[in-house]
Amino acid sequence: MGEKALEGTKVLEYASSVSGPYCSKLLADLGAEVIKIERTGGGDEARRRGPFLNDIPNPERSGLFLYLNINKRGITLDPKTQTGRKIFLELLRWADILIEDKPPKEMEELGFTYENLKEVNPALIMTSITPFGQTGPYRDYKAYNLNLSHGAGAGYLTPGGSPNLEREPLKGGGLFDDYTAGLSAAVATLAAFYYREVSGIGQHIDASKQQSVMDYDRVELDMYPNTGVVRTRLKGKSLGGAMTRCKDGYVMPMALLGPQWDAFIDFLGNPDWGEKAESTGLTATLEPSEEFSRHLSEWMSSRTMEEVYHGAQAKRVPMAMVSSTADVMNSPQYKARGFFTEIEHPEAGRLKYPIAPYKFSETPSVVERPAPLLGQHNEEVFSRLLGYTRGDLVRMREAGII
Amino acid sequence: MNKGALQGIRVVEFAQFWVGPYTAEILTFLGAEVIKVESMRRLDPSRQLSLTTGQTFTGVDQSTVFNDLNLNKLDVCLDLTHPKAAGVAKGLAKASDVLVQNNRPGVMERLGLGYDAIREVRPDIIYLSSSARGSDGPERSYGGFAPCFAALSGLAEITGYADGPPFAESGRIDLLSSTTNAFAIIAALIYRKRTGKGQHIDASSSEVISALIGDVFMDYAMNGRVQTRRGNRDDIFAPHNCYRSKGDDKWISIAITNDDEWRAFVDAIGNPDWTREERFQDAFLRKQNEEELDRLVSQWTINHTHYEAMDILQRAGVAAVPSLSNAELYQDPHFKERGPSMEMVHPVIGKTTALNAPWKMSATPPTIRRHSPLLGEHNNYIFGELLGMSQEEIQALIDEKVIY
Repeated sequence: MGEKALEGTKVLEYASSVSGPYCSKLLADLGAEVIKIERTGGGDEARRRGPFLNDIPNPERSGLFLYLNINKRGITLDPKTQTGRKIFLELLRWADILIEDKPPKEMEELGFTYENLKEVNPALIMTSITPFGQTGPYRDYKAYNLNLSHGAGAGYLTPGGSPNLEREPLKGGGLFDDYTAGLSAAVATLAAFYYREVSGIGQHIDASKQQSVMDYDRVELDMYPNTGVVRTRLKGKSLGGAMTRCKDGYVMPMALLGPQWDAFIDFLGNPDWGEKAESTGLTATLEPSEEFSRHLSEWMSSRTMEEVYHGAQAKRVPMAMVSSTADVMNSPQYKARGFFTEIEHPEAGRLKYPIAPYKFSETPSVVERPAPLLGQHNEEVFSRLLGYTRGDLVRMREAGII
Repeated sequence: MNKGALQGIRVVEFAQFWVGPYTAEILTFLGAEVIKVESMRRLDPSRQLSLTTGQTFTGVDQSTVFNDLNLNKLDVCLDLTHPKAAGVAKGLAKASDVLVQNNRPGVMERLGLGYDAIREVRPDIIYLSSSARGSDGPERSYGGFAPCFAALSGLAEITGYADGPPFAESGRIDLLSSTTNAFAIIAALIYRKRTGKGQHIDASSSEVISALIGDVFMDYAMNGRVQTRRGNRDDIFAPHNCYRSKGDDKWISIAITNDDEWRAFVDAIGNPDWTREERFQDAFLRKQNEEELDRLVSQWTINHTHYEAMDILQRAGVAAVPSLSNAELYQDPHFKERGPSMEMVHPVIGKTTALNAPWKMSATPPTIRRHSPLLGEHNNYIFGELLGMSQEEIQALIDEKVIY
């Protein structure tokens, strides 16, 4: 087994649901040692969200939780109690990085501001992932994934290519934007850690989910100050609308540059309804005529997604098939790259999980353990790491601290 | 002044469009120096057009889109197809800690600039290759743009109205690859700091997007369920939608995830009679009667501006946020106070604005230090000062059309 990129990096996670846990999962998959603090009682909110194995709700069998918490150790702790607070601070002394997602007010009430925590651990890196950041008029506002998509400008552009504005703007599929906010925070967290390796200096990262999601749409957003154009989901000069139905689903032709367009026309068999780019120019490739689209739909209707996807790509035409989760999990390409890997979990059994979207030649991503059961590592962490006795643990459990 | 978390790190970029250039830009926000290598035969297309917005630009230095994705960089112009160019490019790699490239797998090798070739001159290089499908597997040579990755990842299939076609997103899909790449590069920098070892990182843009909907795959693995589109709605919670509010194309998103929030919502909208109907009395019933519930919620939202609705509901502890346009965001009080953007003067474009990196970092704030480079703007500095070539050597390469 190869070495691990973040071997020995100690992360304390005080977060739940998606963004914070995804941020620390990215570190854990590269070898960081993550201790996840879950609240006493129900634990992470993701445990109460599906998908559940066999559709039977069970906090140890939530697919969302299992995916987001691979490679972490899990403890339960209530830092609002005096002893819980003491233990939290002991763990903080152990940690290089704290990843937290609590409302700013809650952290202040607990006395867990960066200013206070750095007294305990001067080189601490603290990453705070909240809907609107630590400052500004909305800092105490709530936003779930849905609100995040819309509040960051992405929703307003979705679905692009709409024929009119009669229908409501949409979020991205699944819990997409919550994940993307966690990804963004992970970049700043690692950059701060690199800087600490060089300088010994820690810092506080204020990661506003809204700002993170806005960043991905920076080109659309910055069009306003730069051109005055208000972008919407209305059909127009944009990538939206290229989606074409074929026999068994949809394909996405993206022959946007001249030579690609010409290759596309070749792929279509040089029909008399398809002109090459030299006579149509870039604008036409961005926005094909209605007549062309009508002929194209007819041409596609007798062909399968696979046929069109592989056939076009063989001629170097950028083309995609709109893949379902089943298509993706059975994709020969994903299989060849090993993107899905089987992991055994004591409650959920053996399942295929998506893993990292990158391959490191020296330090491959690792799967060392499945997601923790609720409080699974209490003894290991409290006794072996912090030196509490078994008797202490029993008494702390009784007191509702762990 | 602090020069950033990655101060002292040098990156050489052989990249076009959005994925590779923005990968490197993220590193510049954090203080790294980036040398962008362009070729007159193959300019970064963002200098001339944006496929996402449909904008086209005259000349090579007019593009606000290029500016947005290439801030803080230095730029040299080298004809990489010329036999003498590989040597010069290797010199740049030798002087760099990181190499970023997003060409189709095989292209860099053909140019003599593959990982193995670069490792010979710079053994501890961190070499990032980012491509549509990754650099191995049967589809390694396939190409694509941002929406292709959304389509191939599984995201497009689950994005859209329940009764409409899938939606494959747009340019932002690329910037998610960039962000993932930047994360991987910094992890490799940490490993190199500790061990002295560099490495190759091979990223797949479609896998990047799949990783961001992991739970959807878990549903298939656990239950054989193939999820599809359902608009703004949630599996369990209701109300959970984007509702029309007062004004032209104005909307407010509202998500209620428990009984406390429901009660707060009911109070905040003034306890209308319908909220007391039996069919809305618990979360299960509300989900079951979601169509009707959404219609009734809209009757309240339509009488308020989206900002009024946010104020009223957030004060009550309900997650309600408008669906904001680019114009509204730039005029939003919270946006203004957070100050995430910066205005700068570009020598050709004039005044122009771009977002900075999205985080506030207390010790090493991310920075926009300068506008994007003009084409070949730093040829003299890079070839002369950094690589130590004499004016005669540079001139000879210019005469041979290796350097422009």
